[in-house]
Amino acid sequence: MRFDLQLIPQWIQAGAHVLDLGCGNGALLKKLITDKQVVGLGLEIDPDQITACIASGLNVVEQDLNEGLSNFQDQSFDVVVMAHALQTLSSPHLVIDEMLRIGKECIVTFPNFAHWSCRFYLGQQGKMPVSKFMPYSWYDTPNIHFCTVKDFETLCTERDIRILDKAVVGHDSSESTLGRLMPNLFGVTAVYHISR
Amino acid sequence: MSEQSVGIVTPQQHHFDQPITLACGRVLAEYDLVYETYGELNSDGSNAILICHALSGHHHAAGRYENDNGKPGWWDHYIGPGKPIDSKHFYIVSLNNIGGCHGSTGPTSINPETGKAWQQDFPTLRCRDWVNTQRELMKLLGIGHWAAVIGGSLGGMQAMRWALEYPDEVRHCVVIASAMKLSAQNIAFNEVARQAITSDPHFHDGYYIDHGVIPKQGLRLARMVGHITYLSEDGMGEKFGRALKTGNFTLGNDEEIEFQIESYLRHQGDVFSASFDANTYILMTKALDFFDLAREYNDDPVQAFSHAKCSFFVVSFTSDWRFAPQRSREIVDALIAAKKPVSYAEIEANFGHDAFLIPNERYQNVFSAYMQRIIEECS
Repeated sequence: MRFDLQLIPQWIQAGAHVLDLGCGNGALLKKLITDKQVVGLGLEIDPDQITACIASGLNVVEQDLNEGLSNFQDQSFDVVVMAHALQTLSSPHLVIDEMLRIGKECIVTFPNFAHWSCRFYLGQQGKMPVSKFMPYSWYDTPNIHFCTVKDFETLCTERDIRILDKAVVGHDSSESTLGRLMPNLFGVTAVYHISR
Repeated sequence: MSEQSVGIVTPQQHHFDQPITLACGRVLAEYDLVYETYGELNSDGSNAILICHALSGHHHAAGRYENDNGKPGWWDHYIGPGKPIDSKHFYIVSLNNIGGCHGSTGPTSINPETGKAWQQDFPTLRCRDWVNTQRELMKLLGIGHWAAVIGGSLGGMQAMRWALEYPDEVRHCVVIASAMKLSAQNIAFNEVARQAITSDPHFHDGYYIDHGVIPKQGLRLARMVGHITYLSEDGMGEKFGRALKTGNFTLGNDEEIEFQIESYLRHQGDVFSASFDANTYILMTKALDFFDLAREYNDDPVQAFSHAKCSFFVVSFTSDWRFAPQRSREIVDALIAAKKPVSYAEIEANFGHDAFLIPNERYQNVFSAYMQRIIEECS
């Protein structure tokens, strides 16, 4: 399992109602149900992933995050999670607002575009970074809104979002001292626990 | 015979002599139900599935009849060994609802009080009357609860009603191409169909059996209108386009021209009007129009669904404009707000409302995945 997903359960209370936006094949929900006995619901748009979720016994609803979440009631979930989907959204800031409306707390993970390897790639080659984590060409990619750790925190300040906890995952898929000291340089994936 | 078929099936019939009070207040003193079953009930009775049929459906959902070269049952693509509703694992019950015209008591049956066919005097029915009579059949078959109640369209309405009326007797509710209530446009189409029937000179205020005739033209027209609304514009275009059945457009040619779509609709109308009862059509469309899941729950679908204890699987089809995906999303939203377990798939399909009957890889996969979960719970 991706390391950012392994960091998430520590911030979720046992038995919580969890909404997972862009839940993929449901790996995180499955882990949360096993480890934390949560009541989980996933939203997904990929037909095969939806079938995979249903086959694993998860509750999943076909819904496109880009078309809004107005069908969900205020504060109707304990935690709303969105792992590695922020950069694919047409209006990430509005989706975060919606997450904070629907959930008492939220957890967001995203690839940090300011990681040294991205900076190095762009600096040395003068081309948009392509890596194992971001394998797409610039013209054909689901990732349309990359941001950095710093950018995200600026957004939180601008929109009065409280950061409850944060962590970054380094290149070796673990938390590291360097990542703690300089997250914007050494974090590959950032994990933020937020509320309003 | 394909391996994936339940094979040769034989309908069964039971006479229920316990009176049942209907939603309209009238009492049906006795009635017959015709049904089919596929697969075997397991030892703890945990694998029974109820199939609820739609407007023009009946008990023959899967397999074929002996000495009959006709079509297999109406949902044969989805019921059978290795299919989503797998007869190797489930005991599947499919009946003809009361008010129908395929053997269960309905307007063409004899009213024991008069010795003549009920016709227009048959009581008005609501969805809950079907649920209540289905429950009598359930008891007859020695079933304590349904592993799942499954229905498309009007059948989905029955499945939802089951979940609210008898929450302890339903584990899963599968609602396909359905709605919590019909829109005005939908009621309008049903009214056109009813008007087509009642304005047929052979209708005789609904007592056409007494006159030894049937309002065939009206029923045919009703079905043709209905059929258009069950398909999508794109689906029709793809299947028929502007292709001609007879004639051509060469100048100076006076031969009669018939489009394929005209021929198809006429054929559908002919087949239907020869096999379906006009009073049943009126009765069924009215039950469809009257259905409003949340009416008795302060018109609040969330309050309505709060009574359910089962898990829900909701499916819609992109090109279905008679029971549009938005109607299914309303069901899903209410279930989420009521904190009920729900999964939802919106299937890309070109066949309009009829898509729920037609093979479609994604629909089959996701439906099978959901049913597999139920199999695991039953074993």
